Parts: sequence; C-alpha cells; structure tokens
Amino acid sequence: TMSAGSGNKNTEPWGSFDDNLIQGSGSAVIDMENMDDTSGSSFEDMGELHQRMKEEEEVTEEAAATEDHEDGEFLGMKGLKGQLGRQVADEVWQAGKRQASRAFNLYANIDILRPYFDVEPVQVRSRLMESMIPVRMINFPQKIAGELYGPLMLVFTLVAILLHGMKTSDTIIREGTLMGTAIGTCFGYWLGVSSFIYFLAYLVNAQITMLQMLSLLGYGLFGHCVVLLVSYNIHFHFLFYVLWLLCGGLSTLRMVAALLSRTVGQTPRLLLCGTLSVLHMLFLLYLHFAYHKIVEGLLDSLEGPNMVPMQRVARDVPELTINATVRSLVPLLRAH
Amino acid sequence: MATAAEEEANRPFAGLSDVSISEDIPVEGDISVPVGPSARRDDEFSTLDEPVKETVLRDLRAVGKKFVHVLYPKRSTALLRDWDLWGPLLLCVTLALLLQGGAADSDYQGGPQFAEVFVIVWFGSIIITINSKLLGGTISFFQSLCVLGYCILPLTVAMAVCRIVLVAGSGSVSFAVRLVVVTASFGWSTFASTAFLADSQPANRKALVVYPVFLFYFVIGWMVLTFSPSQ
Repeated sequence: TMSAGSGNKNTEPWGSFDDNLIQGSGSAVIDMENMDDTSGSSFEDMGELHQRMKEEEEVTEEAAATEDHEDGEFLGMKGLKGQLGRQVADEVWQAGKRQASRAFNLYANIDILRPYFDVEPVQVRSRLMESMIPVRMINFPQKIAGELYGPLMLVFTLVAILLHGMKTSDTIIREGTLMGTAIGTCFGYWLGVSSFIYFLAYLVNAQITMLQMLSLLGYGLFGHCVVLLVSYNIHFHFLFYVLWLLCGGLSTLRMVAALLSRTVGQTPRLLLCGTLSVLHMLFLLYLHFAYHKIVEGLLDSLEGPNMVPMQRVARDVPELTINATVRSLVPLLRAH
Repeated sequence: MATAAEEEANRPFAGLSDVSISEDIPVEGDISVPVGPSARRDDEFSTLDEPVKETVLRDLRAVGKKFVHVLYPKRSTALLRDWDLWGPLLLCVTLALLLQGGAADSDYQGGPQFAEVFVIVWFGSIIITINSKLLGGTISFFQSLCVLGYCILPLTVAMAVCRIVLVAGSGSVSFAVRLVVVTASFGWSTFASTAFLADSQPANRKALVVYPVFLFYFVIGWMVLTFSPSQ
C-alpha cells in the first residue's frame, strides 16, 4: 500500500527523472523496477540512475563540443556541467530522502498503535465504571476491551496522584528523584506485572493476549487512583483500610473473574488469580505506606518491618514525640 | 539518427541551460517568474548577509508575537502556521532555572532538578502530541509541540510571581496567594492550549485530547506550587 500511495502522489516514484531525462523511450526501464516497493534495491536503482545521468552528461558534452558557437568557449561547458551536477545532487538528495522516509514509515510507524486508541469518551467512562464491577459469568470467556488509551491515562493519573502524596508527606528520597520514582513505580508495575501475568497465563495456556492483559490491569488501577486520592488527603488510617478492602477488592475481583473465565483447570486458575490478587492488593498497600505521611510515631514503629527499600529518615517532630506512657503501650501492642 | 538522439538528449535540459531554445517555437508573452521555491532560495541566501542583530531581532519579534497570542487566546492560526521551537525552549529553560535552589537541606534531592523539568516538559509534550495524533488529529508533530510549549508561559509567569511572594514570607497566607495564582495560570494554560489543539480533533473526541493536556499542566503547576526555597 505504501508504494502505491507514494506512487500516486507523483505518478511515478522517479517522476522527476522521467520528465527531464527520458522522453518516454527509456522511462519503462526505470518505472517497472521501482514500482516494486519490496525490492529494496533502491541503491542499485540509484546507481543505475547515476550511471545514466553520467552517460547523458557525456552525450551532451559531445553534442556541445560539436556545436559551432561552443568552440573554445569552455565556460559554457562548465556552466552546463555545473547545472547538471546541481540537478544530480538534488535528485540524489530526493531519492535518499524518499528511501529514508520509507524506512521510517516502516519501522517507526505510530499507525501500528492507532487501532488501540480508537475510543470514544463515553466508552472510556463506561469502562472505568465497569472496572469496579465484577462480572459473575466465569463459564464463558468475558469480553476484555483491547484499548490502550484508558490504561495509559490511568497510569499517568496515578503518577500525578503519587507525586502529590509524596510531596505532602515530605518523603525524602536518597536515590533518585521524586518524579523519576513515581514514573518508574507506576509504569514498572503496569508493564512488569502485566508481562508477568501474561507469562504465567502463557504457561497455563489461558486465553488472554498481552494487549488484553495490559488493558485489564490498566483499568484495574482506577480503583487504586480513587483510594489514593482519598487517603492522601484524609489521613485516617481506618478509612484507608476500608477503602483498600472495598475498592481494591472490587477491582481485583473484576480482574480475577475475567481471568477465571479464560482459564481451564483448578490449579492454573488458582495460580493465576492468586498471583494477580496478591500483587494488586499489595501494590495499593505499598503505595499508601511508602509515600504517605505517618503522623503518629506509634504506627511508624508497628509498620517497621513492612518498610520499602526507600529509606525513611527519622524526623525530629517535637510536637509529636511519644511520651513515656505511650512508649509503655508499645510492647503491649506488639504482644498482640 | 545521431543528431536526432543528441537533440533528444538536449531538449530535457532546455529549461536548465541558456544555450538554446528550439527555434521553431516562437517565444511570446511576458516572462513572469512565479514566486516559487527558487525565489525562496534566493531570499534565504540574501539573509546570510544581514547583520546578526537583525536576524536575532526578527526571531525575537516572532516569539514575542506568539507570546501575545498565548496571553490572549483567540482562535487564530498564527501559532500553528509559523511554528517555531525557540519560545518553548526559552520558557522551559526559564522555568527550570526558576525551579532551582529549592532544597530544604543539602541532602534533599527531591526537588525538581534542571534536567528533570526539561525531560518532563519535552517528553510530556511529545506524549501528548503522539496521543492526539493517534486519536486522529490533523495537527502536525512540531505544531503541537510548539503550541504546548508556548502555553507554558502563564505557568512560568506564575513561578516568577511565586518566587517573589516567597521572598516576602512562606506562611499560610503566602501559600493561599500562591495557590490562587498557580490555579489561575494552570487554568489559563489549559484553556489556551485547548483553544489551539481542540480544533484539530474530531468533535466527539475533544475530551480525550484535553485530559492529558490537563494532567500535563497540572504536574507542572504542582511543581511550581510546591516549590520551597532553601533556607
């Protein structure tokens, strides 16, 4: 299609040569060869063309030399050659550009992704809502939309929310920057976990494609976005746990149901769905605690073992220093 | 036959060389050269000789004109027609420089570094452009980059205002003032860019294109708002 398209633009790929050089007699030789886009022999064609140009040049030189008023007027010949040279250079440039753009269109064609972005706002909205509603039918494969716009936007939204949460909690990051960490975490989760679950699905022969997995997990992040948006602004841990179970649980159930409907066998189902639920729920937990302000030192000490690789610097917050009575309560709580 | 072949070879170059035009075709009419690419080339060659000050001033004037277009976003095609990336570069560098020095203590590396701001602005713009193209937009790649870059102007102005306010103090009053300023400029940026970008989209998909733009300026606005100077 590409050759036909470019061919239609100026009737022949090497149209300009045809117009100037060959008045119809030699054009067939060039045309037929170059109409075939997949030949990949443009360099040979160019070489041939160049050769033909040189021959023409020699012919015209001869013709010029035999003409009367060109006698001894070498400037005229040089002028001719100069213009010829310019034209040759120009056409070589055009040819090179054409080939480069053809290669570019072949390999860096964003049109490959175009069908995955073919959505309407209404569809996106309905899919967002549906991502929180598990569907019970697990005997027939559930329909999973294969689009990338929604998931991509959700990942970026999660990045933005995470940045907001990190900033309000004054998280100190030793290795790297806030922005880099946020982007790395979110994209890493989306792409990494999708690939991992797809790999597991491939092992247990589940009927799901990579695109569908990306889409499913991406939309599953909608619940995460909602929970984090609320909990980063309302610092109420009990609320967070409720939301974690509710929204996180619902979106996980939705993904699990979709996967169940496409997997056969008890063990594969258990493996796939168990892995996904654990990873998804733990991620939400991680996002909340790793990037969130811990106001009470009490909870800080309780959650010590769950801390993430990112270092937490002991902050000297004078007004919240735990006094002796509270300190004595800690071992009691620990005993629980 | 030889002479005929030579003539055959000669005729294609009739347009190039001034040697001869075929005698049997009478030349009449007036020769007016259309303003085509050859004229353009001459024009470009002639600007090589002009003083540097003139070139710089011409570019600056073009950039300034586009700034005015951003500040008063009407439905005009000036930004799109003569796109250039000088303005966005200038704004990006200014913003990144203004966001420097936001360290609470020397160990704190969480503030946006110069390179970070650069990367966010340019890669964010590229992603939004690719997104709008994938959604079926008619705008070209560099035109979109140009528009998004120029519409950072209100946020850069807000950054300058914030720095001035922070010199006065950093209490809750100053925070409220900064919040208002940043919110207003963020709204302005989003509105200005959608005024240019949304036209190039099919009608029912405008929301899909506007949302990433909103997010993009939100992140930049967030960086501006949460900037706290070093002690």
